[in-house]
Amino acid sequence: MADYGDEPHVLAVDDNLVDRKMIEALLKNSSCRVTTAENGMRALEYLGIRDDQPGESSVSATTSKVNLIITDYCMPGMTGFELLKKVKGSSILKEVPVVIVSSENVPTRINKCLAEGAQMFMLKPLKASDVKKLRCHLMNCRT
Amino acid sequence: MPRFHGQSNHAPVDIVNQLQKQYVDYLSSLFHEGVLDDQFTQLQKLQDESNPDFTVEVATLFFVDSDKLINNMAAALERSPVDFKQVDADVHQLKGSSSSIGAMRVKNLCITFRSFCETQSYEGCLICLQQVKNECAVLKDKLQNLFRMEQQIVGAGGSVPLMD
Repeated sequence: MADYGDEPHVLAVDDNLVDRKMIEALLKNSSCRVTTAENGMRALEYLGIRDDQPGESSVSATTSKVNLIITDYCMPGMTGFELLKKVKGSSILKEVPVVIVSSENVPTRINKCLAEGAQMFMLKPLKASDVKKLRCHLMNCRT
Repeated sequence: MPRFHGQSNHAPVDIVNQLQKQYVDYLSSLFHEGVLDDQFTQLQKLQDESNPDFTVEVATLFFVDSDKLINNMAAALERSPVDFKQVDADVHQLKGSSSSIGAMRVKNLCITFRSFCETQSYEGCLICLQQVKNECAVLKDKLQNLFRMEQQIVGAGGSVPLMD
């Protein structure tokens, strides 16, 4: 795992602007560096994997530039679940923990995501305590 | 009474206290009436020196977003045939953002609205649309009052109390 010091880099994916702003602030409040993406395609572009190819297009890095991906489940185009599958299918990114968030508590949805390799499934709206818990749980908690 | 001139007016302490009390009473009433829920406090807690206008910024984004969504819903309901799936998608978005900022009444109206989309009830959807529109207008008005009171407190040299 890449050494990120005390500021892990999180990619937050959500099509809702208000939610993106909230998650960004929540993560920054928990001492994370944040990059946001408004949909799965943009997220994949940022991560350096192309949607239409099974492998990577041109990747110079051998380690992922992000330490965690948080994605909304319900998004038009590519859902959070589909994004999860793409990430887990990538040789470079498959070790990056992916957290799925959703406003709907649907057990089949939750199980499906966990079975596909999501680290956690969390319910929206997220609170500061959720993010702190997540941070400690998923990454080396230094404090 | 002593007055201090300069960039920040330090009003007498009892005036600041009075403004703060009025603010707390007003905000409490919004929670009590169910206009706002605890998620709004979460939003306020994200405001700090590095993010000094966060609450107002997010509220502004919410109203721009909700106006757009409401207009979309109205347009979709005017079309023939009505695309209830599209209306539902927009209501889902509004439900999400209202939930994120703690706008409880708006969120609850969206939940009802979605059930009418599901049953494809045109009348039900029209009624909900009007209710959502009204509720967003009420929320906007109340939040503007709240933010104005915050400005008054800060202008008087005090700090905005946080609800716990």
